[in-house]
Order: sequence, then structure tokens, then C-alpha cells
Amino acid sequence: MRTSTRRSHRMMALAAVAALTTGLLAGCAEDPDDGPSDSSSGGGDAKGKITLTVGTFGVFGYKQAGLYDEYMKLNPDINIKENVTTRTDVYWPKTLTRLQAGSGTDDIQAIEVGNVTEAVQTQADKFVDLGKEVDKSQWLDWKLAQATTKDGKTIGLGTDIGPMAICYRKDLFEKAGLETDRTKLAELWKGDWSKYVDLGNDYMKKAPSGTKYVDSASSVYNAALGGATERYYDKDGNVVWDKSAGVKEAWDVAMEVATSDMSAKLKQFDKPWDQGYANGTFATVACPAWMMGYIQQKSGDSGKGKWDVAAAPTAANWGGAFLGVPTASKHQKEAIALAKWLTAPEQQAKVFAEQASFPSTPSAYANLKPAADTTAYFSDAPITQIFSDSAKTIPTQYLGAKDQPIGTAITDVGILQVEQKGKSPEQGWEAATEEIKDVLGQ
Amino acid sequence: MSSSKQALAHPASSADAAPGNQPGAARGAQGRGTPPAGTDSWRSRLYRWDMKASPYVFIAPFFVIFGAFSLVPLLYTAWYSLHNVQLSALDNQTWAGLDNYKNLLSSDFFWNALTNTFTIGVISTVPQLLAALWLAHLLNYRLRGSVVWRVVMLTPYATSVAAATLVFVLLYSWDGGMINWLLDFVGIDPVNWRESDWGSQFAVSTIVIWRWTGYNALIYLAAMQAIPSDLYESAALDGAGRWQQFRHVTVPMLRPTILFTVVVSTIGATQLFGEPLLFGGVSGSKGGSEHQYQTLGLYMYDQGWMIGNLGKASAIAWSMFLILLIVAAINMLVSRRLRKSQ
Repeated sequence: MRTSTRRSHRMMALAAVAALTTGLLAGCAEDPDDGPSDSSSGGGDAKGKITLTVGTFGVFGYKQAGLYDEYMKLNPDINIKENVTTRTDVYWPKTLTRLQAGSGTDDIQAIEVGNVTEAVQTQADKFVDLGKEVDKSQWLDWKLAQATTKDGKTIGLGTDIGPMAICYRKDLFEKAGLETDRTKLAELWKGDWSKYVDLGNDYMKKAPSGTKYVDSASSVYNAALGGATERYYDKDGNVVWDKSAGVKEAWDVAMEVATSDMSAKLKQFDKPWDQGYANGTFATVACPAWMMGYIQQKSGDSGKGKWDVAAAPTAANWGGAFLGVPTASKHQKEAIALAKWLTAPEQQAKVFAEQASFPSTPSAYANLKPAADTTAYFSDAPITQIFSDSAKTIPTQYLGAKDQPIGTAITDVGILQVEQKGKSPEQGWEAATEEIKDVLGQ
Repeated sequence: MSSSKQALAHPASSADAAPGNQPGAARGAQGRGTPPAGTDSWRSRLYRWDMKASPYVFIAPFFVIFGAFSLVPLLYTAWYSLHNVQLSALDNQTWAGLDNYKNLLSSDFFWNALTNTFTIGVISTVPQLLAALWLAHLLNYRLRGSVVWRVVMLTPYATSVAAATLVFVLLYSWDGGMINWLLDFVGIDPVNWRESDWGSQFAVSTIVIWRWTGYNALIYLAAMQAIPSDLYESAALDGAGRWQQFRHVTVPMLRPTILFTVVVSTIGATQLFGEPLLFGGVSGSKGGSEHQYQTLGLYMYDQGWMIGNLGKASAIAWSMFLILLIVAAINMLVSRRLRKSQ
């Protein structure tokens, strides 16, 4: 008797081990929850619905604007699930590995503008050519070009762009004895970012206590660079960052800020930066359209009616994204239809109304209406007018595969050393150079 | 069952006579001594197989998991480290030999990261273990509500790195952080904790110390409670005070435990990653604008996932592994020495 019960224990243990092992192996083969599976069996649920997954980062606003619900109502056989990764620097490496593994991707994958060239140059064969599916003339030429390969394959449809303006605190400007009218201010710094910085020197002469003119030198750098045609790469895709006129100009303006006392010396998208908004510790910030939602959220009620928007010194673009359909998607047809619908001018206008993400399709501009509370928050500024004027004149920019890490090296190593560690601009440039060499593996 | 056993008892009576001494051997002799006969021998063979194999089966799950999630990746990383592999072109691997390693040895960033890992490791591990020893000593006295104290000690360990670090980031905030506010009372100018060279390393170390001191203290406490009390009594009879008791009884008795915590803390310090990454906030993998607190772990992450050079990142990973092996060897030598000297 005793032996037999012991044996049955053993058998159970063996069975458990076997189950565990096969479970592990099966886990390697395919995780049914992780990726899209076949429509005939797994993908459709009991009602025969197809579930489409949309992989995004940050806040795209589709869900908030009710677009998914609307689409599901229009297409009762479609179910949409959004997989959000908050940070782009986590989202993109993950997406890259999944694309190359050919599994685990969502049916629609968002691509940030900082990564789009890398996607075009290295992952084009992993994406469906969406150019054949849409009327390409809907988009701004440069936006379409960013997601199109040399042989004309469009791997992503443009969602929003980041036309630039300057958001400023009217109340602080008034206390500092500066001009507060948005058109006059725009005239004052028109054409040159260094004029915008000059005004900062005026501001600091009579600055309300505890406030600075601008949040950081890096934001001025990014804004100024956003208006340059030549950035880190030339037209043919060679790295020219150290000789680029655009970089030089933006760097010089940023150095003016970093070596003066007009910067609050914050790091963008950092907690203290958010607090800076809440406490009103800086008077201006370079403001792409998508930043407006952020300001409203972080400045909160205390900033209502105090913020205003003026046209930026130069037309510039900062940020934006695309939607692509991976070839690994099991529901390509449905996914393409959804991507088309989400990026169509009407839907882009709805997202603008929700969170001021600016459309990349000019035909939407005529009927753009920001949300009423956004307009009120920014002192009834003609937001649509200011951003669409900027959007129409943004120059075509040459992007490259390593744009993102090169940019980080300049702002978070070079500029930060000058701004926060008191290094000279030459030392900052030298440090950025070393860093970029490391980035490029030179 | 019983009848067959009796039948078997005769030829193997000598073995059966002393079953208590060597049960395994007795059974073995019994089995060998009997001619194979039907189900019975099948059963005994199965039983023998069972005796031999089941320990391995029981530990197999660990090795299966270890193989799948540690050994294979480890070897694959070694393979990667000898190639030029970009994150955006994983299938396009070109042989690079030892280039990635040579590249590291000549890179200022690597040596900087190695130095930072070492200095942060020292300024976080040494105070942490000393404090833990001291706390354990205090907790070893009879205290009211000793369980409460012990639970409190363990709470930082149970807190997630992310949550703890976020709080510390706010405490160390340059503008309006509590620490600078306190320093202001004593008349010290605000320190830019994140960007200053020693300040950032100090700040990162405090997060590590805060999280791990309680954990180590509990380990010490457990070991202290195993020290027989007559040792203290006889020391007291010889006229040893509390400090002398601690110095000459507690610490020597804790030696193996201290060694264990040193090993574990050293491994933890070499792999330090989460605290500095989150402390840095946006682009935290740079470890500050001058890489003043970029550890090896951060440098690896920056190279592999931010810059996309997986080959080089793998070389960093293997360098870290080799460094850990060296550290382990040193630890082993030291512990052998200690054991001999005892």
C-alpha cells in the first residue's frame, strides 16, 4: 500500500513536470493573447467578430475622441483594442524586434517621426504599402515623403504634425513690462529665433520673482531646429550634423539661452518640468500644437486664461506620427481600412478638437475647430489660424536613421552640460561630438 | 506482498538483519540477489529507477527554465557580442571577432561606467551593511513590539524600485526639493543633485541604501539569534562590556553571514540599473549629462536599446559577467582565508 501511494505521488510530480515543460514550450511557440491570430479560429470571438489591435505610444487621442467606438459602430464585425506604451523609447525598440520576428506585432503600429526614417530604411519590407490604398495627395507633401521609401512605397499614413508656435504667459509678460499682444509679439521676433531670445533679456530685467523667461535651452534648440531643412543628415542620407547650418544656428541660439539666466533649467517631460507649469515658473515655451493639451493638463486651472499663443519666429515642425500596417498582421485588409479611416481628414479634425493634435491633411484646415475650453484656456487666441499658417510653410526636412539618438546627445549631453554644469559652449559641443561618435560607432 | 517478502528473506537474511543501518544498500543487495521473477522484478526495477531518477526529475523544472531563459540567452549574447548586430537589422549579423571588446576597452564611456559602478557600489554597500549590522544588533535586544519593528524594516525592500525612486527624485529635486530646502536652513546653497558629480552618485546610493538595509538587517538578526547565549554569558563573566561582546562574540560568529551579504550586495551593485535609470528621468540611460552616474547596466541599455547597437551592448553584458566572475573568485579566496584563520 505504502509504495503504491508513494508511486502515485511520484506520478503526479512527473505529470506536473511534464505539463510545466510542455507549457513552456507551447509558450515559446505562440501566445494567443499576445498577437493577432487567425480569423477563422482564434481572432474572432464568439460572435465572429474580428479583433484589431492598434499599438500606440503616448496619447494618440483616438480613444479619447471616441473614434474607436465610432468605427466599431460603423463596422459591427470589428472590435478594436489599443495597446498603449507610454514612452516612445520603450515602444520603438520593442516594436522593432517584433517586426523582425514577424510575430507579436499589432495590426496597426504607430511610428514616431523620430523613428520613421529608420523604419523606411530598414523595415520597409515588414510593412504593407499603404500608398496604393489611399489618395496620397491628401497629405502634406513632406509628411508623405517622410514615410515613403526611395522606390515609392509608403509604409505609414500621416497622423498629426507639430507646427510650431510660442505659448506665453500673458500675465507674467505684463508684470515684466513686455508687450502682451500676440500679433505684435509675433512681429517682434519674426524670422529669427535670436530675436525671441533677445526679448528674454528684456524679460529678465524686470522678471516677476521666481520666474524665468523660458523652460529650458533644449526646447529652444528643438524649436529652432524644427524650422531647418538640413538637420543631422543631408539630402543623400550622409551624416552631416557637425557641418549642418540648421544645427549650428539652433545650437547658437540655445547657447545664448544656456549661458544667460533666462532659463528655468528644466528637463522637458520630467516631473519638475510639470511642476514648473503648475507653479508658473517660466513665461514662455516653444509650443508645437500637441503641447497645448499638455499645458492645459499640467498648468491646470491656475493657468486658465493666462496663457496665450503667438506665431513662432519661423515655421517649424516638432513631432508627429504615422500609422503603419505590418505584413505580419493576420487581418491586413481590415487593418488597412481602419488605418485609412483614422488618418482621414475628418477623423484628424476630430482628434484636433479633442486634444489639439494638428492634422497632416490640409483639406481639414478649413473646418478645424478646437475644443471650446482650449480656446478659452489660451485667451481666445486664433489657434487654428496660427498653426495652419505655420503648417503650410514648414520646409521639407531631411531625416536620418539615427536622428533620435543624435538629437538626445546634443540636448541631453551637450546643451545640458552648458546649462546645468556651467561648462563652456565649446566644452558642450566637444562632449556632444564625442557622444555622437559613440552613437554612430565611429 | 508479505508472503513473497518472507520467501525472499532467506537467501538474503544477512542483509535483512540490519536494515536500519544501510537501508539503501540492503535493498540493493536484496534486488541483486533475487532472480528476475514476473511483475515483482519489474516493480523493483522501476523502484530502483525511481530512486535514482526522481531527484533529477524534481530539480528538472529549474534547469529547464534556467536553460530556456538564462543559459540560451547567455550563450546567444556571447554570439552577438562577436558580431556587428544592429537592433534594426537583427538578421544581418556580420562577424566582428573581438572588435566590440576592443572598442569597449578603448572607450572612455566604458571605463567611466565601470568606475561609476565601482564607486556607487562602494558608497552604497559599505554604509548599508554597517547600518544593517547596527540595526540588527539593536533589534536583537528585547524590545516591545519586536515584530512590528522587523516588519517596518522590511517595508522598503517590499517597495517597488520605481515608486521609491520617484519619491527620491522629488526629494532631491533641485528646485523645491525637500533636501535642498533642509540644506537651506543650515545655510548651504542648493545642490543640483542630478547633475553634480558626487551629488548624483550620493543620491543614487541613498536609494539603494534605503531599499536594502532592512533586508540585510533581518538576515543579520536571524544569524545573531542563532548565537548561543552562553557565549555572551561567559564573555560577561570575563568582564566584557556590550561593545566588547559585539566586537568579540557577535561579529566573529556572524562571519559567514556577513560574507554572504557582501557577495549578494556586490552582485547587486554590479548590476545596478533601475535606480539610476529612473533617477535620471528623461533619457536616464545617459546617467546624467556627463554620464556622472551611468553604471555599466545603464551603458549597456543605452547602447542596445537607445542607440541600437546590440553587438556592443552584448559585449558590455559579457564584460559585466566576467567582472562578476572575478568578484566571485576574490570572494571565494577571502572566505577560504577567513575559514583557515578561524
